[in-house]
Amino acid sequence: MSIFHFVLQNYQEILELTLEHLWLVGVSSLFAVLIGIPLGIMSAHRPWWNKPVLGTANVIQTIPSLALFGFLLPVPWLGARADRLAILALTLYALLPVIRNTYTGIRGIDPAVMEAGRGMGLTDRQLLFQVELPLAMSVILSGVRLAVVVSVGLATIAAAIGAGGLGEFIFRGLAMVNNELILAGAIPAAVLALSADFALGWLERHLQPR
Amino acid sequence: MNMETNLRKVPAVEFREVNYLLPRGQPLLSNLNLEVRRGETLVVLGRSGSGKTTTLKLVNRLLKPSSGEVRVNGTPTAETDLIRLRRSIGYVIQEVGLFPHYTVEKNIALIPRIEGWSTKKISARVEELLQLVGLESTIRSRYPHQLSGGQRQRVGVARALAADPSILLMDEPFGALDALTRDQLQREFLSLQQRLNKSVLFVTHDLREALRLGSRIALMEAGRLVTVSSPEGFVRSPDPLAAAYVRAFEGEFGLTGNRGKA
Repeated sequence: MSIFHFVLQNYQEILELTLEHLWLVGVSSLFAVLIGIPLGIMSAHRPWWNKPVLGTANVIQTIPSLALFGFLLPVPWLGARADRLAILALTLYALLPVIRNTYTGIRGIDPAVMEAGRGMGLTDRQLLFQVELPLAMSVILSGVRLAVVVSVGLATIAAAIGAGGLGEFIFRGLAMVNNELILAGAIPAAVLALSADFALGWLERHLQPR
Repeated sequence: MNMETNLRKVPAVEFREVNYLLPRGQPLLSNLNLEVRRGETLVVLGRSGSGKTTTLKLVNRLLKPSSGEVRVNGTPTAETDLIRLRRSIGYVIQEVGLFPHYTVEKNIALIPRIEGWSTKKISARVEELLQLVGLESTIRSRYPHQLSGGQRQRVGVARALAADPSILLMDEPFGALDALTRDQLQREFLSLQQRLNKSVLFVTHDLREALRLGSRIALMEAGRLVTVSSPEGFVRSPDPLAAAYVRAFEGEFGLTGNRGKA
């Protein structure tokens, strides 16, 4: 059976799993942004936060993904639904690049610009929203981009705990020694990763401060 | 008590027995007593590490004195709202620090915009300021990276003047410019100051600049104020450090005349 044949016959399921995959990646990336950017800002403003925050995020990265899924399985509310679990795990993995790039982006701003802003009488809030975030935006976005691309790949493993997504095909294909099945999961995942990379890259270039 | 007449009598900036220590305890500034009179340009002259930039940053409270008091327009800065204080003082630094993501216009207009001025008023003010600092109004829509060093510092000065502060802090504003541009900006500063009559605290390590721009010169060394005098008084000062500055200056230019104010 050719891959085209397979796609034609199973396009409904492919679509469904792709949407599931997008859901896992989208929600976890959103959480990572909502948590990671504030953490990055805080560690950029309070240098003594930097080590514990980035250190923790770093340590999380070193936990093998399958093991992390396994660790989280017995947690009461979380373990009840596999997609919750997968989203939490993906969020945790996505945190590091977001935090690190937010930190780097803000710390990388010309100190003279910050001093001028402060000296002119901008409040901390104005400084953050008018100066720091706009100037750090392209660096922050490149962190988000990395996080999203890695998540697309990682999310395939979520199928191992029954969270769905394109990993379903891959695991099924592995079990059945069926290359078409594996490709039916791997190709859409790769396409997702590439399009996310492209779209966020475009955004990053267009938000580049001059 | 009448606020207006009262304001005119008090110095624009006053340092009263100000000490500034680093967190580890080394003093950067010891027992500083100094005032910037209304409408004068007080130049703080000193080499790097003498405490001159520290002195300047104590005025807008980018640094807080370890002891003693800094007064701006008669009110201790410790009792003034920090943001209000800073917005009432223009701040110009050597590196300029223009916002790279804003056009010239947005850079100049930032504080007026935050203060809620009308678009029309802001636009007119920007126009007025550009003219004041000798820039074409076509420059409004450019970004800082498209400007020359001299243009950038002119925008920096315009930005500092935007909300019409009565006090201006200038930290080696012309120090990074080439000699010709510096000369031109110094000349423009003088004519600007004649018209605007701001109270200026101007920091430099360049005696020539100090003599040219200052109403009075305060010489600092190792965190202490050595002497305060007029430019004419400075060149004749019996103080050994002041004399050393003058000698170095004369040696550099190989001349003894032509040393007064421009």
